[in-house]
Amino acid sequence: MRDATREIERIARLSYGRLVASLSFRVGSIARAEDALSEALMRALDVWERQGVPKNPEGWLLRTARNKAVDDRRSEARAETYRTEIEMLLESHIEDGQTGIEDPRIRLMFACAHPAIEPRIRAPLMLQTVLGLDSRRIASVYLMSPGTLGQRLTRAKAKIEQSGIPLTLPSEHKEYEARLDDILTAIYAAYAVGANGFGSGDAKATNLASEALWLISTVCAALPSAAEAHGLFALILFTESRRNARFDAVSNTFIPLQQQDVNLWNSEMIRDAEQALRNAQSNLSLGRFQLEASIQAVHAARQTSGYSDWAALQTLYRGLVKISPTVGALTSQAAAEAETGGPEVGLQFLDRIDPRLRETYQPWHATRAHLLSKQGQTEAALSSFDSAIGLSNDPSERAYLMAEKAKLPRS
Amino acid sequence: MQFMLINYTKPSPDATADDVAAAKDDELWGAYTKALVDAGVLVGGEALHPSHTATTVRIIDGVKDLHDGPYADSKEQFGGFYLIEVPDLDAALMWAARNPAAATGAVEVRPVVSF
Repeated sequence: MRDATREIERIARLSYGRLVASLSFRVGSIARAEDALSEALMRALDVWERQGVPKNPEGWLLRTARNKAVDDRRSEARAETYRTEIEMLLESHIEDGQTGIEDPRIRLMFACAHPAIEPRIRAPLMLQTVLGLDSRRIASVYLMSPGTLGQRLTRAKAKIEQSGIPLTLPSEHKEYEARLDDILTAIYAAYAVGANGFGSGDAKATNLASEALWLISTVCAALPSAAEAHGLFALILFTESRRNARFDAVSNTFIPLQQQDVNLWNSEMIRDAEQALRNAQSNLSLGRFQLEASIQAVHAARQTSGYSDWAALQTLYRGLVKISPTVGALTSQAAAEAETGGPEVGLQFLDRIDPRLRETYQPWHATRAHLLSKQGQTEAALSSFDSAIGLSNDPSERAYLMAEKAKLPRS
Repeated sequence: MQFMLINYTKPSPDATADDVAAAKDDELWGAYTKALVDAGVLVGGEALHPSHTATTVRIIDGVKDLHDGPYADSKEQFGGFYLIEVPDLDAALMWAARNPAAATGAVEVRPVVSF
């Protein structure tokens, strides 16, 4: 009895996105696919409890949902329906396990990254349609009002359907590249949001990080020649390999990269990351994620070499800010420049960043505080630490900043 | 748009008004207020005496009814508020997440009606 419920929960958790993707590819509509699947899940609850869980529960759900969708469309009684139905019959032999651009999840991701979809809703839309995350959880990690996010998601889904955004890959190369870039940006944003919650033990956020990792691995498997996708995969793996070293096991206080115990880094994952980076480099093209992954590769080398190659990092950062001058990249560059040129040089780099970008960017203030304290400018360092503390929304990071501030000599 | 960020904090570690005054300038609240000021979004805000100092007044069927203590006896108490001016709710939520009360109690974000 309980088995049926547990199995349904497991499938809803693990396979929901895959099933929706697979269905919407066939019925041409995300909303219709979601409706059909939720009805199939309801029926499963009833049928499985009485007859036991079928051998291939996902296949059962897919079949039931598909029949449901066909029934619905039939009742809509439009000429177009029959065409779709024939297509569905033709495609019904395509079952799970396909890879490459045939993978419906990839098609769905491309649809979510369509230029007609509002940029800031693309990542949440992918998370919901491909992974089946509920909108309240997405709202919590993205700091959006759950009600507003729900409306935006509904609007975006309606747009995909009404404006006839096809669930196919863009044929034009430029368009393909641009949308792939949006997909990667969305996945990285999801990972970053998730990774920020590790310290506070935020389970929702931690799962999001794993889900982002899963998404990028899917993209890499489907598009083996997309160098930037492999670059991002490597970048996420490098970051992920340090998960256990990023926070103090007892106090949960954040530990910055340079002070991390390299023995806590996952060397197996680092090897996977290095392999992903090599996969990227076999398809020559220079992109932001490959450069960021290369930067992390240099840091990861500290595990075996025992030191950080700051000259190499300086070169990589100079390349990175040329193609992607984000406030994050510029701030990290300033920190790297300070390692080779001294705090004075680092501060000059920090001051050159656009005030509008840096004003509420916490790492800029934290880096500045750090460099000022190295210079012995205690008063200014105190003020910068306060700015960073006030701008932080993460308790473990705040604890770190407060501990650093307390180390300053008191006048 | 103006929003009020209402700080709900754990029942008073600050038992007296002096404690509240001290906490206002302590590291966390002081840093947060400074960040709001530096970003140019702070319109106003106050910290309140601990909730045991509250007196609640009602008039039920014309009969006045007073009692000692706050209106709602909740686990977290209304400890103070910030009034901020930001472009939209998303920006207000970002500031609410930085509010020290978010990590220990709760922060309620309410748009202010403009007349």
